[in-house]
Order: sequence, then structure tokens, then C-alpha cells
Amino acid sequence: MWTAILLGTLGVYLLKLVGLCVPKSVLEQPQVQQASALLPVALLAALVAVQTFATGHDLVLDARAAGFAVALVAALLRAPFLLVVALGAGTAAVLRLIT
Amino acid sequence: MSTTGTIADRSWPRARTAVLRDAVGVGVAVGALGLSFGALSVLAGFSVAQTCALSLLMFSGASQFAVVGVLGAGGGALTGAATATLLGVRNSLYGLNLASLLRLRGVRRLVGAHLVLDESSAMATARDDPREARLAFWATGISVFVLWNIATLGGALGAHVLPDPEALGLDVAAPAAFVALLLPRLRGRRLWALAVAAAGLALVMVPLLPAGTPVLVAGLTAIVAAFAARRAGGR
Repeated sequence: MWTAILLGTLGVYLLKLVGLCVPKSVLEQPQVQQASALLPVALLAALVAVQTFATGHDLVLDARAAGFAVALVAALLRAPFLLVVALGAGTAAVLRLIT
Repeated sequence: MSTTGTIADRSWPRARTAVLRDAVGVGVAVGALGLSFGALSVLAGFSVAQTCALSLLMFSGASQFAVVGVLGAGGGALTGAATATLLGVRNSLYGLNLASLLRLRGVRRLVGAHLVLDESSAMATARDDPREARLAFWATGISVFVLWNIATLGGALGAHVLPDPEALGLDVAAPAAFVALLLPRLRGRRLWALAVAAAGLALVMVPLLPAGTPVLVAGLTAIVAAFAARRAGGR
């Protein structure tokens, strides 16, 4: 686990530093701009899907999906960040309590 | 010119107070998420020390949740580190926008780089006045750093006290937070299509690929497809 922590830390820090050091011309390339706009969208979407619907190698539909759906609606309605998180977690908690 | 200078100077204390108040507010909001990060990390099998190391050293929320998520699901160290690093690519772009504003050199640049975040960048670029923007960057960065780390420690220690974190829905906190982070970025049909494609691909790959890799593979595949589609579209 320390390997993942330290390698990931190094990667994340160097990327932060690169932005402050690299000449503008490189990062203003359209491909670089596009990739940095697209990467977080694709990775976060994939991460959310896996965290919500996967248990090990199985796809499951449980209280997480309901909590996620409520959080999605709240986020679409531009609810504040904390409210989105609280509604998502709260929905899953209530469902688990009554089932 | 002297008139505008006077006005700017007179309004500076008020602007400074506003910037500092916003910085603390953002720190508190992020701190609440830090609590759930600390708890989830320990539940995923990380020690309290490892959890705090992630918040102190990596200090990038989405990347930290990715490491914990990937390794917690049984993924390898390299996959976890790679996913975290790729999620950090956006910080480079923030840094580029901040570089001309902050004009950092030497040690200050090395320290400032650690504080390049979604929050500090957003607060700095939202200010028109360079002096306010610089203050917003440092104040928000430091506020988030302090509160995020205190909250992480609290969550990590609290995880052992909680009877059953799943009963509190804590496992939904991370995906819910990511959705809240993701939605403001989804401007236009193309980005929505990318997000849906990446999510769908990841789910298709869950039964097929080793644990932890679907997120990485699906994310990268979706990006390549997006570039190919754009080229085919004639742009």
C-alpha cells in the first residue's frame, strides 16, 4: 500500500509543479488542453460507476444505486456540495434501515 | 489613475476579509468530506498513518479517493498510483493559469505547487484583482490543507468507533461527492457522452478485468474514442 501511496503522491505532486513551471506554449497546445479537460471527466465518471454498481467482479443494484440517484438529482439541481453528499449517504442509510 | 488607486486601497481591507471568510468556508466544506475520506480509507484496509500520509502528501481529494477505491477493491499498487496520477492531470492546467498570477520562484514555488487544488484555483481565478487573487490562492490552499488533514485524522480514528459505517451510507459519500465535482464540468453534449461512455465501459469491464483496472482502462479508452470522433468529425 505504501508503494501506491508514494508513487501516486510523486505523480500528483509533479503534475502540480509542472503546471507552474512549463512554458505556456506547451500547455496551450489544443491537444493538451483537450486531454486535460477530458481526462477528469472520463476517469471520475468511470470511478463513480464502479463505486456505485460493482461489488468485486459482480454488478449489483443495491442501496448505493438509490443513494447515487438522489445525489445525481441534487447535483443537477445545483444543490450545495455538502448537501449532495449528505443526501446520497442519507438515502442509502435510510434504505438499509428499512429493508 | 490616482483615483482608482485610492478606491482600490480603501476597499482592500473589506476585500481581504471577504477572501479570508470564503477561504475558511471552503475549508470547512472540504473538511466534512475529509471526515468521510478518513473513515473510508481505514475501512478499505489502510492504516491510520497511511490514511494521513495520503492527505498530507498527495493532498488531492479525487486522487486520494481513487487510491483507496482501487486498492480497496483488490487492485494493484501500480494501477492505484496510475489512476491517482491521471486524475491529477487537471492540476497541471490549473498551475498554468496560476503561474502568471502567482509568479513563484524557488522554495515558494515548491510549496505553492502542493496547494494547487480545485478549490484554491477556483477561488483565485474568480478574483479579478491580482492582489486579491494571490491572497485567495494562499488562504484557500492553507485553509483546505489544515482542515482536510484534521478531518482525515478524525475520520480515520472515528472509523473504528463507528458501529457500521455502511449503515450510515458512508460508502455512497465518495460517489456522491464525485458527481457534485463532475457535473459542473459537463458543459455540452460531447462531455456528457464521454462521461456516460466511460461509466458504461467501466461497468462492462468489471467482470472481465482485474480489480481496479476497469476505471483506468475505461477512462483512457473513452478519451481515445473522443479524440478519434473529433478527428472524424472534421475538426
